[in-house]
Amino acid sequence: MQKKRQYEVVFIVDPAADEEVSKLTEGFSQIVTDQGGVVTKAETMGKRQLAYEIDHHKDGTFVLLEIEGSGREIAELERRMRVNDRILRYLTVRVDEDRRRAEKLKDRRARKAAKRPSRGSHGGGPARRGGMEFAEAASE
Amino acid sequence: MSTNYEDRPRGGGYDSDDDGDRRPMGGRGGGRRMHRRRVCRFCIDKVDLIDFKDVRLLQNYLPERGKILPRRISGNCATHQRMLAEAIKRARNIALLPYTTD
Repeated sequence: MQKKRQYEVVFIVDPAADEEVSKLTEGFSQIVTDQGGVVTKAETMGKRQLAYEIDHHKDGTFVLLEIEGSGREIAELERRMRVNDRILRYLTVRVDEDRRRAEKLKDRRARKAAKRPSRGSHGGGPARRGGMEFAEAASE
Repeated sequence: MSTNYEDRPRGGGYDSDDDGDRRPMGGRGGGRRMHRRRVCRFCIDKVDLIDFKDVRLLQNYLPERGKILPRRISGNCATHQRMLAEAIKRARNIALLPYTTD
């Protein structure tokens, strides 16, 4: 009954284990699926230089997973990544709330844009003031 | 983009005269400092979400030293500065951006 949560998981694979990247990604996707989650996107972002050394590694392969689920599969996934020494680092970000918020802002803007031309030459009365908060925040 | 804001000339009261100088010059002050962009770039572009993986974008707000560019320099609005700072911190965590550079 609870709404599904969306996560973005980025992890860095040891470049020495480059051939294993797809295998690891598949393994992690399997874990998520086993726990009842859904992997909506699995993308290898390629090998990149790290901004700072991690365990004496100067570069690594970045992989992005987008996961939908309850949150339980994230716990298992993170546990597995923690014990796997091929994984230099991982970061999980919950994105559904931010995305919903962005959607809402976009909607509001679209509605306002639709309203504005109809107002036309009559000139916005003071009653319209409420709709300007975004512009005001910008000029602050 | 201002890369090294610490280098800009500053005379006397730094904070107190900062605001006044960013306004278009009204004849007063003799144009000591250039007129700065005051509006939030993200508001203009109608950005609702700042992605931590967008290194190219985030790098614009990290001067040489690697510190987050304050909004009194960038002109960002509070909302977007918050989103930006959050994104930069996430990017630092997974080594997309540096914590420090020296």
